[in-house]
Amino acid sequence: MKKQIQTIEEATILFAGDSGDGSQIIGTQMTEASAIAGNDVATLPDYPAEIRAPAGSLAGISGFQLHFSSETIHTPGDACDVLVAMNPAALKVNIDNLKPNGILMVNSNNFASRNLRLAGYESNPLEDGSLERFQVYSVELTRLTRAALKDTDLSQREVDRCKNFFAVGMIFWLYNRPMENTLKFIKERYSNKPEYVEANTLALKAGNVYGDATEQFATTYVVEPAEFPPGKYRNIEGNMATALGLVAASQKSGLQLVYGSYPITPASSILHALANHKEFGVVTMQMEDEIAAIGVAIGAAFSGALGATGSSGPGLALKSEALNLAMIAELPIVVCNIQRAGPSTGMPTKTEQADLLQMYYGRNGESPVPIIAASRPSDCFEAIYEACRIAVKFMTPVIFLSDLYVAFGAEPWRIPEVSDLDAIDVNFRTELEGFHPYLRDEDTLARPWVKPGTPGLEHRIGGLEKADVTGNVSYDPDNHEQMTHIRAEKVARIADDIPPMEVFGPEEGNLLVLSWGGTFGAVRTAVERKQGNGACVSHAHLRYLNPLPKDLGGILERYHQVLVPELNLGQLKQLIRAEYLIAAKGLNKVQGQPFHVFEVESKIDELLEGEA
Amino acid sequence: MRQEISGQVPGAAPTLTKRDFESDQDVRWCPGCGDYSILAQTQRILPELGISKENLVFISGIGCSSRFPYYMDTYGFHTIHGRAPTIAAGVKIANPDLSVWVITGDGDALSIGGNHFIHLMRRNLDINVLLFNNRIYGLTKGQYSPTSEQGKVTYSTPMGSIENPFNTISLALASRVSFVARSLDRDPDHLRRIIKAAFEHKGTSFVEIYQNCNVFNDGAFFQYTEKETKADNTVFLEHGEPLIFGKDQDKGIRLNELRPEVVSLTGGQYTVDDLMVHDQYADGPTLAHFFARMTDIPNVPTPVGIFRSFNRPCYEDFMTQQGDAAKRAKGEGDLEALLHTGDTWEIE
Repeated sequence: MKKQIQTIEEATILFAGDSGDGSQIIGTQMTEASAIAGNDVATLPDYPAEIRAPAGSLAGISGFQLHFSSETIHTPGDACDVLVAMNPAALKVNIDNLKPNGILMVNSNNFASRNLRLAGYESNPLEDGSLERFQVYSVELTRLTRAALKDTDLSQREVDRCKNFFAVGMIFWLYNRPMENTLKFIKERYSNKPEYVEANTLALKAGNVYGDATEQFATTYVVEPAEFPPGKYRNIEGNMATALGLVAASQKSGLQLVYGSYPITPASSILHALANHKEFGVVTMQMEDEIAAIGVAIGAAFSGALGATGSSGPGLALKSEALNLAMIAELPIVVCNIQRAGPSTGMPTKTEQADLLQMYYGRNGESPVPIIAASRPSDCFEAIYEACRIAVKFMTPVIFLSDLYVAFGAEPWRIPEVSDLDAIDVNFRTELEGFHPYLRDEDTLARPWVKPGTPGLEHRIGGLEKADVTGNVSYDPDNHEQMTHIRAEKVARIADDIPPMEVFGPEEGNLLVLSWGGTFGAVRTAVERKQGNGACVSHAHLRYLNPLPKDLGGILERYHQVLVPELNLGQLKQLIRAEYLIAAKGLNKVQGQPFHVFEVESKIDELLEGEA
Repeated sequence: MRQEISGQVPGAAPTLTKRDFESDQDVRWCPGCGDYSILAQTQRILPELGISKENLVFISGIGCSSRFPYYMDTYGFHTIHGRAPTIAAGVKIANPDLSVWVITGDGDALSIGGNHFIHLMRRNLDINVLLFNNRIYGLTKGQYSPTSEQGKVTYSTPMGSIENPFNTISLALASRVSFVARSLDRDPDHLRRIIKAAFEHKGTSFVEIYQNCNVFNDGAFFQYTEKETKADNTVFLEHGEPLIFGKDQDKGIRLNELRPEVVSLTGGQYTVDDLMVHDQYADGPTLAHFFARMTDIPNVPTPVGIFRSFNRPCYEDFMTQQGDAAKRAKGEGDLEALLHTGDTWEIE
């Protein structure tokens, strides 16, 4: 049978299976292949906190959603065109996410009574007609993989572990993707185990050939390359971009990077990435707890290095006293909070942006700390680089906010030219004449940075209130008030050092959607679609949360309504209302999942209907 | 006797005096506090160590003892409760040439900062820790501490403490510290000698200093420090020397099965040859553990001096080695190349 090739604009595929089924690996492989083919891509890994929940159980399902397109995209997609379900539990958890008439590919060998029972199915959905609204492709993945690998010396267990590559082989065929890159990946990943290289290669090719040979599939699809600005590109995950941004800031400033950390989801991969780059003089210290992790960053900054630490909300709670010390000692460190769903331990593998007020206010006393948030995986590089620049220039700790969705998501990144990165100028004070530890730069109010080891500038700092200029301990009432104002003013002045806001859409009108952090993609896509339908709606996205940009107030005034969509109960909305005395409205979601585009669209519709 | 590898390498050895290490700040401990002596002995011994002022960093947590850095004309950082070891670790790793000192107390190091304290010693950064142990909370005005004896009546334990105290030296040994010693605020010569030895040791040096809080716990260590009782209640550990003590140097410690036994050297039954002999460089920690536990045994004198000192590589040295190895394997870091790692593609 001659197969038809159809060109489509975009597709969203969700790979789902047991935690050990390798969904993340094959999702990543399809992402790489799509990116290299020139598509715009966006991904959403979604996995349970349990490393290996019981096989076949609903709790153990791990998913990887990939959206690729010949147009510019900002999100991993709402509903899926294709669901690859490795067992009944994966089907049950994700079937509501599949579009009507979407492609459902299942491993039918796993649909025996035990697995059906574990997933809570009373009858076999492949046979009871409940999946009639989808294009169902039942594939005997286990049997076919075993057949393909029958001549290898691997155990059955090892053979069965190769079936994810059989599945991705079929998907490659379905979307006309070349296999070279994944073949190379297999070779590198199993370089110590040639028998695994052979087996996974066989499985991948067998899946590809099966797609072509079977009568099941009548059509294959092509997604043409998207248009990108010229340049060199690579695919990048948020946390990797964060790590690279830290190394870049270290290199451009000439400061050694000292990164203290305590393992925590979803921040650990920053530590892993940095630990691999000791050739840059990077020091990573896995410390005994979260407090020790920020402690070494502060100590390193006191010594004249670029101190940094990374964690998530629970870790930030533990670090808050030390962060306050860095604030009053006026030492430059960068603190990364890769947010996850709280409160308390919450849902460690799910996303949320509910730590904003914790970062603003979660310290005793008046404690202003600059906050910068990344909007998407590739933006982590620029945002953390900017955090480092501000920390050093203003002699202050800076909080870098990311979230699990941004941290684990991936997308193409136009690699910046090293020479185009902003300079990070460091001036260690060595001059003795007139030195005091709390002298101030006239413009930035930064105090001098002195490396211990500098003769004649010996001085003491600490967490007790400082006398202005001399830095000696002071309990003087007027001095305390003055120092409190100086510290606030120093952070406020950062607003003079940041670029103006960009508004996407009309500069005035009915509705401005104001977002921050990882909701950028869903909000931008929703606003684009509404604008395409002729709606009067604009979008502004905040990178700088503290201080807020100087022109924000003026922008907000030019719209009848302001909508603030957030994955919390309205934290930025509250700040905006308090700061600008406007009746900002919220769109709020706390399900551990990012916004779907349609959710933002519906809210825009609702608010614009009120306008009409 | 084994040669100690010298710790912080002295830079140019300037001629300094005690005065050079005194800052312009008024010292504000209670009159009669043991902290004055520790400050003075530190300031007196530093000129002999051949290290420049600018290469010294004193880092403290919170508590009476932690005011110490303000009084030193060196670099200093008065940090937060219990966390000084973490900040000191950051200072040291970013500049291993600095001589880094942690000044702490029994509450700061062993209660709120207990975790950092043990991990610092486990890692063996070349940092000197001076723990002022007064067995009480002073700055918060008189609550029991993790070294207070069971039954201790304080404001927070009006019916007596129901807790057991830490044996500080045992805790340090169990944390694999590479230098551990005890000294006394009221024995200036010994204290200076121990501070000097701590400085000269490469690796984490831990010194417990029995310190009198004359306001909230006056006389807590008098049996070990006062002329009338000191000789009979303390035994000074000296490498290679038998454990002899007593006003007339007429008593000693003998190993009886696995227990220390106090014996008389005048009764004719025992001579010096029967006594235990200190070996601070012994291969394992067993002997040091044995001496450390003597503090808890009634009618046995408390040891003072260097319990153990041995050489093992420092954390920062390993770190430097790994950095060098990475550079040898991958070449000096190239940012351009790093950003282009993995699969890249060009869009025209």
